[in-house]
Amino acid sequence: MKFVENMSADEVLDLVCRMCPMHLLEPGDKLRCMKKGQVLEVQTDYDQALEDIPNWCRQRGQEFIGVEEDEDCYKLYIKKKTNNQEPKEGSAETPGG
Amino acid sequence: MERVYMDNASATPMRSEVREAMLPYHDHYFANPSTVHDMGTAAREAVEEARGKVGGLIGAAPERIVFTSSGAEANNMAIKGAALANKKKGNRVIVSGIEHHSVLNAARFLERLDFEVAFLPVDDYGLVDPAALERLISSDTILVSIMHANNEIGTMQPITELARICREHGILFHTDAVASVGAVPVDVLELGVDMLSFSGTGMEAPKGTGGLYFGKNVRLMPLIHGGIQERGMRAGTENVPGIVGLGKAAELAALEIETESRRLQQMRDGLASGISEGISRVTHTGHPSLRLPGHVSFCFEAVEGEALLFMLAQKGIYANTGSACASKALKISPVLAALSLPHEVAQGSVVFTLNRNNTQEEVNYVLEHLPPAVHSLRSFSPLWSEDAT
Repeated sequence: MKFVENMSADEVLDLVCRMCPMHLLEPGDKLRCMKKGQVLEVQTDYDQALEDIPNWCRQRGQEFIGVEEDEDCYKLYIKKKTNNQEPKEGSAETPGG
Repeated sequence: MERVYMDNASATPMRSEVREAMLPYHDHYFANPSTVHDMGTAAREAVEEARGKVGGLIGAAPERIVFTSSGAEANNMAIKGAALANKKKGNRVIVSGIEHHSVLNAARFLERLDFEVAFLPVDDYGLVDPAALERLISSDTILVSIMHANNEIGTMQPITELARICREHGILFHTDAVASVGAVPVDVLELGVDMLSFSGTGMEAPKGTGGLYFGKNVRLMPLIHGGIQERGMRAGTENVPGIVGLGKAAELAALEIETESRRLQQMRDGLASGISEGISRVTHTGHPSLRLPGHVSFCFEAVEGEALLFMLAQKGIYANTGSACASKALKISPVLAALSLPHEVAQGSVVFTLNRNNTQEEVNYVLEHLPPAVHSLRSFSPLWSEDAT
């Protein structure tokens, strides 16, 4: 896991208090409305997201930048690399915890 | 006259256009919106179209609206959801003393979870004093909830100012706008609120519909856990026909609200002055001008409100005492108690709520039949004497 500090993001997605699998559904919707190169900050208090979101980024061709641990949540940073968010061929779907 | 229905704060008849819009979603497009086949897509698109129409009525982006089963659920979601999601920041919640039971009891439930709840008093018109709110705010206050308009006395609060105070203190502000959305123009950004509850019941939409607006900065704990509906904020298969109906009602209200509210205000003022002039020893409850356009509320001294309702119903006139819950529990309404009205006055409360369907002829009919009904009840009331001042 790559940890980052003082990252700035173009958009913030607050998923604190939301249950699985929202952390795997909402980032895709949000990234769809963003431009390539922009950074999305996903806030979550769901531990499994630390594993799921990097995997999701790998499968969808997005770049996982890293995670910052905040007072009451994790902040996971994703850089938008592609508009095509279909899972790559041969990659298994993330189970979602 | 066959029937004069002036209890629109309790329930409204469904508009024919609303019913028409809903019908296809009861039969042809009945599929579950979460399914991936095209029948599900049609239902899902209808829900999202309705979300846009409701957002249009209150000036909100569609994605900031979550549909609920009622205004009461929306209020619970706002009060409990915001308090639970923000409890690390503090444990104090402030509500006004004249809130609907769905706010008051949600706040009292939080007391059982070790939150502290402060109740903000109102003046004789039912108005909250912004300076009093500011005095009640402490460093551990996380949420304030004050209703936009009161369903029993019609008074409308200075929400913009109250929301500004909360924003300056970094506190979430919620308003219960169940009585006002659809009755007066409402814009969440102009009001500056973080959360706003609404319901279809008073908008000629189907019962069992409502929703909550929540701003970008608002973190909420969902109350109903389960599937991914409403973006994980509120599980349960969507009430697609109801949501479509709510959307249609919102679309129509947005078109008519300016002219309708002016027309209703004229009828309201005519009814209120007719009652004040035609019947002695009455108390006009709520604020005389800062009130809902179709709302007329009075207390008739030495009269039991329920008895007067029955007398009026015999003439085909349907009104309310203001608080069905308090009435059934044989208590005076907490709202009227908060106005410091004596018990013998408060028990004579009757509320007339007018909407799009009411006419001036109906107002005249009420003014013809209300005075003799009050006189008749007073004639055998032990509390009544003609020479009392």
